Amino acid sequence: MNITEKILAKASGKTSVRPGEIVEANVDMVMVHDLTGPLAVEAFRRIGMEKVWDNQKAVVILDHQVPAESVKVAELHKMMRQFAKEQGIRLYDVGKGGICHQVMPEKGHVLPSTVIVGADSHTCTYGAFGAFATGIGSTEAAAVFATGRIWLKVPSAIRVNVEGKFRKYTAPKDLILHVIGKLGAGGAIYKSVEFTGSTIREMSVAGRMTLCNMTVEMGAKNGIVEPDETTRDFLKGRTTKPLAPFESLKSDADAAYEKVVDIDVADLGSQVACPAQVDNVKPASELSNVTLDQAFIGSCTNGRIEDLRAAAEILKGRQVKDGVRTLVIPASQEVYRQALNEGLIEIFTDAGALVCGSTCGPCLGGHIGLLAPGETCVSTSNRNFIGRMGSTQANVYLASPATVAASAVTGHITDPQELEASKA
Amino acid sequence: MKVTGTAIKFGDNIDTDVILPGKYLVLINPRDLAKHAMEGLDPAFPEKAAQGVIVVGGKNFGCGSSREQAPLALKYAGVKCVIAESFARIFFRNAINIGLPAIECKGISAAVDNGDGVVVDLEAGKVQNVTKGKTLQAPKLPPFIVEILADGGLIENLRKRLKKK
Repeated sequence: MNITEKILAKASGKTSVRPGEIVEANVDMVMVHDLTGPLAVEAFRRIGMEKVWDNQKAVVILDHQVPAESVKVAELHKMMRQFAKEQGIRLYDVGKGGICHQVMPEKGHVLPSTVIVGADSHTCTYGAFGAFATGIGSTEAAAVFATGRIWLKVPSAIRVNVEGKFRKYTAPKDLILHVIGKLGAGGAIYKSVEFTGSTIREMSVAGRMTLCNMTVEMGAKNGIVEPDETTRDFLKGRTTKPLAPFESLKSDADAAYEKVVDIDVADLGSQVACPAQVDNVKPASELSNVTLDQAFIGSCTNGRIEDLRAAAEILKGRQVKDGVRTLVIPASQEVYRQALNEGLIEIFTDAGALVCGSTCGPCLGGHIGLLAPGETCVSTSNRNFIGRMGSTQANVYLASPATVAASAVTGHITDPQELEASKA
Repeated sequence: MKVTGTAIKFGDNIDTDVILPGKYLVLINPRDLAKHAMEGLDPAFPEKAAQGVIVVGGKNFGCGSSREQAPLALKYAGVKCVIAESFARIFFRNAINIGLPAIECKGISAAVDNGDGVVVDLEAGKVQNVTKGKTLQAPKLPPFIVEILADGGLIENLRKRLKKK
């Protein structure tokens, strides 16, 4: 079995499972946020149960529209606070957390070998820690609140084996955009995407999260990386729970994969997903004719400290171009604090970028930094669909933090290698 | 369980941001959501769907966000069933869970034109284009999914099951 099959077998009390089999799995953790939580609460009320099955296994995170930008949103937040209080569920409020997919692992809610479901499509991010994690809807979250169980079809798997060292200014975001471009927006529908190879072994937790985060943009059910010492180091001090032995969390040598994709990142340059599909991927160097109105560095895909460092390295001592409003949004309070300690916030502010409090912000076009008709944004987030960041007549390009920072400086899409070369 | 309606066709990779833009996620009443169904592609959609339609999609229908508001908006706008070459998995589950039939049927895009009358037999997996006199066989939905749809959605189904216990 591969690692995903092993986790699903254990969670459903079986010794083995096969792709296509439908299992009833025990859920170790369920998460809802401020835009999916209210519908889940309403559905839970309709079930007629008073208490959730286990209040230690549910988490509420307010992140999509924080702080509340309208009375309507304030009402939704209030509803979620009341529900969490009544149920004794942990809630991460404004100023206490940040973007759900950053907060969940930071606060020790994501452990290897567990089954995690979240009412958000990017829940697949937690596969970076060797968990089986997938997105569900609000009604399904309500059913999990009631029963602690969920039916899942065991996915077939694609193995993405990555070798080689990244060139300077090329990052996991470029890798995952390259993979999505190669496999297509529907290339992994219902499937598991497992990342293996020496590049993954050497990659930080942050990079692994970026990869797993965007597997859903190929339709994947989950993305996953075998846990290792890097995982253990990250979890140190974040959980008091005993960790499952990592030896049992490796794919067997004879594990079956529907497809194996081999990638060498040594020659990989900066990649950009052009409007309005994530698989519309081109090299950044071919897009210098795209002029910008906005640049956004943040989101559950690329709002971590490693991402902010990469952007700051480019922005240090430079100015963002007039006419390109640049937003930097650390993914969590922890990331914000660290960025302060490292002097990154100062670099961004000096460069003329606006640093905002942790939120999903412009990524989903809810609030902060929306686009007008005809405007163009380059963003480190995960989706460039029509209307995603505001107007249906706006364009969104997706890229790495270094590419977005370099583009903010020049005012058009720019390969960071070229910007650095022009300095020398 | 049979559903009937006239077809409205869409292409491949119809994402949840065009089905229901993010700025409307703060709306809780499904009837308010319905007013914005498919706004990203066709703002006149709710008007067209009001009489009861079957949405015919291409590959990867409903990709993107986990927002259940997307199938809810379709359902309350008047969509009786979504048939697609393939679905993004969260959209598929959400549709079933809120009682909106969703059925995967290879070849559906070529077999149906806008305005054709379509009848879907959910148990049998039969999709009939009554205008063109063509029938396609889709993979049958598992019985437990048909049962969720017959009950009107996952919550109603769960209430029934919990009562039996």
